[in-house]
Amino acid sequence: MSVLFLVLPLALLIVAVAVGAYVWATRSGQLDDLDTPAIRMLHDEPGTARRGEGHRER
Amino acid sequence: MSTETVVLPPAAARARTGTSASCAHCESAVPAALVDAGADRQFCCTGCATAYAVLHEHGLDTYYDLAERRDRPVRSSGRTYEEFDHAAFHELYVRRTVDGLASVDLHLEGVHCASCVWIVERVPLLLPGVARTELNVRRALAHVEWDDAAVPLSHIARALDRLGYAAHPFRGVRAEAVRRREDRAMLVRIGVAGAIAVNVMLAALALYSGWFGGIEREHERLFRWVSLGLTTVALLWPGRVFFTGALAALRLRALHMDVPIALALAAGLARGAVNTVRDAGPIYFDGLATLVFALLAGRYLQQRGQRFAADSAELLHSLAPTAARVVDGERVREVPAAALLPGMLLDVRAGDTLAADGVVEQGSSTIDLSLLTGESRPVRATAGDVVYAGTLNRGAPLRVRVTQPGECSRLAAILRQVEEGHRRRAPVVLLADRLAGAFVAVVLVLAALTLAFWWRVDPGAAVDHAIALLIVTCPCALALATPLAVSVAVGRAARTGILVKGGDVLEKLARPGLLLLDKTGTVTRACTALERWDGPAWVRPLVLALEAGSPHPLAAGFRRAWPDVAPAVATESVHTVGGGIEGVVDGRVVMVGSPRFVRARARGGEATPVEDDALTPVLVAVDGEVLGAAAFGDPLRADAARSVERLRARGWRVRLLSGDAPSVVHAVARRLGLPADDAAGGASPEDKLRVVERAARGGPHVVMVGDGVNDAAAIAAASVGVGVHGGAEASLAIADVHLARPGLEPLVRLVEGAARTMRVIRRNIGFSLAYNLVGAALAISGRLDPLIAAVLMPASSLTVVLASWRSRTFEQPPTHPEEVA
Repeated sequence: MSVLFLVLPLALLIVAVAVGAYVWATRSGQLDDLDTPAIRMLHDEPGTARRGEGHRER
Repeated sequence: MSTETVVLPPAAARARTGTSASCAHCESAVPAALVDAGADRQFCCTGCATAYAVLHEHGLDTYYDLAERRDRPVRSSGRTYEEFDHAAFHELYVRRTVDGLASVDLHLEGVHCASCVWIVERVPLLLPGVARTELNVRRALAHVEWDDAAVPLSHIARALDRLGYAAHPFRGVRAEAVRRREDRAMLVRIGVAGAIAVNVMLAALALYSGWFGGIEREHERLFRWVSLGLTTVALLWPGRVFFTGALAALRLRALHMDVPIALALAAGLARGAVNTVRDAGPIYFDGLATLVFALLAGRYLQQRGQRFAADSAELLHSLAPTAARVVDGERVREVPAAALLPGMLLDVRAGDTLAADGVVEQGSSTIDLSLLTGESRPVRATAGDVVYAGTLNRGAPLRVRVTQPGECSRLAAILRQVEEGHRRRAPVVLLADRLAGAFVAVVLVLAALTLAFWWRVDPGAAVDHAIALLIVTCPCALALATPLAVSVAVGRAARTGILVKGGDVLEKLARPGLLLLDKTGTVTRACTALERWDGPAWVRPLVLALEAGSPHPLAAGFRRAWPDVAPAVATESVHTVGGGIEGVVDGRVVMVGSPRFVRARARGGEATPVEDDALTPVLVAVDGEVLGAAAFGDPLRADAARSVERLRARGWRVRLLSGDAPSVVHAVARRLGLPADDAAGGASPEDKLRVVERAARGGPHVVMVGDGVNDAAAIAAASVGVGVHGGAEASLAIADVHLARPGLEPLVRLVEGAARTMRVIRRNIGFSLAYNLVGAALAISGRLDPLIAAVLMPASSLTVVLASWRSRTFEQPPTHPEEVA
């Protein structure tokens, strides 16, 4: 009896968990809008350093 | 800051020479205090001056050709949004969240970049009671959740409006929920099918390696059973749609592509299962699982393409007014149009659109029916007359008693037609559907024959060959790619500013026919400049008085020419479309209009004004006698001549049809390169309609291009009606195509794109035909392994779908910047 009989079902279990996570994410609407979250990443959290930390070149 | 108001110059006068007070760089108004009379370019600030100098110095003036200009600065619409607080509005559009907050989806105008997301999501939070705001930038939909006890929705809407984001209720709420559910279900299916397909392929990899290098029996058995298990899951969960589709098709006695697919899947699974249990013989689980995944992916792509087109229809929002003014005792309240009930009394101002069908109770005015009937002759309406929703009240305020509100009105019926327009299928698509059905029937018969033929030789192989045939043949070009190509083309066209209402439009425009062009506003800029005036000075205030409220370009021309003449006050005025205005000013009867209009009502004017070819003559008569004559010039659009030339080069017959004086029209036609008898002037709206009808009877399809002001009926009657940028509201509802950018160049691109789309479709069909013939031949003769078939079929399907999806039917023209979103 080789280890394959243990490993293969284990791998399938992991796949099942991954698929479960994917299904949960989809059904809870996390994949509805893929464009705006990309833009929102550019926004600062309110309350963090307000003073601009941009380059001051001159 | 100077208190003098500087009139913002109209778009056409915003030349870079800056002789009008607009900044040469950013086109906003230059405050009077900063106007430098000596300089030939004006700037609104040092920043713009510097930017201009830098660009100019380095020869980068092309910037001005590429930059998309705002027509006007960001300005709030000034609406009060009272109707957003109304109970009926809440019933229609506002939902409750689990926390007890109210939530609503608002469609915002003017959303186009990352900063918009930032502002829209932050500004409402400044109001106490607003919990969160989320913006979907691609669809410009803002989802707002707020405590409606703490702050009314109208405040939130006003806050957004002040920043330039006018808000409209998102009307597709119900459809939206369905769409979201469908999308999510589809994504789940694809994800699961993909996961299973990949794992089955890994197991198959092990088996293939074993085939070459040797494998223990028990391992082989393990992999075969695992493959069987996974594939069964794939067929029962994501793949179930094929079976339900096939059953539905059979019940309706229609032959859908799902039928052979379902058959192949079922047969393949059965055969594989039998072989797994027997522990001998080939299995095709990897092929089946991959097939399921690839087919689902193909369908998803197709669905997205069609959504593309449907979303662009959202751009034609708020044709009907969402608010109506209801008389409530002493006050007039704004109420959502959907909340109107029979018996309410509406207050309709001059220039307002009627929000419901009703009977006039008080007032006397003229109504413009063009939105409903295409008839542009205004109709008098006084107490007791019936009026309809969607028509425009032109003259004076009216009080109307509602008879048929909202959904039942004729306007609602038209809007429903408009909304369904985007679902209109092109004839080629309908044909493709029918052919697909016949195709499937043929395939099923062939499969049965193959099975019968090979059964005598080897039953197992016979089943394999039949399965291979069922799998490899695919009417993808017909069933998937054709509608997809059309939908993608419509969506892409929308991105470039061409809003197409139905797929059949593209098919009609692919072949050349007769193109009728309106002149004013279509071929010319409709920016009228007063070139000549013969008449006494005291007549001027009277003219201005009559033209005071008129939206007609000639009125603006008068006003611009005489900025320092104070208009008198007109006590009565009637506007005849395509003719002129007449009314009473200071006790005198004054008329301003085309020579034909005025001469029919007044004496004199035989000493005609110099009818310079290119100028539009206008006569002014006071108390029945022609006293003044004006001549207006209307510059041709920059791209007009070139566009006409390109259209004619493609085989289109182009004719100019205008209500303007014949001499002017002929002059314009000459400049466009059209022969004299392809230009007709002096056409009334009814004349235009007659021309369209006569042409439609005779020969090829007729395309009418106009701005809807006096050609709404003609646009409606043509096989394809095109409404141009800046046109009347009527053209939005009636035209099959709306050009959202100025100029005739979009029209040329539309025609070229339509031809390209049809070419893509034909190419797809050709490829699919060739593929099917070869594939079927191979399968029937027994040379095709079902596994190979399972790879080939999705490959061909995806090829055709991708070819449609990526087809470059409508592209951004080189002189315009890429769209941001």
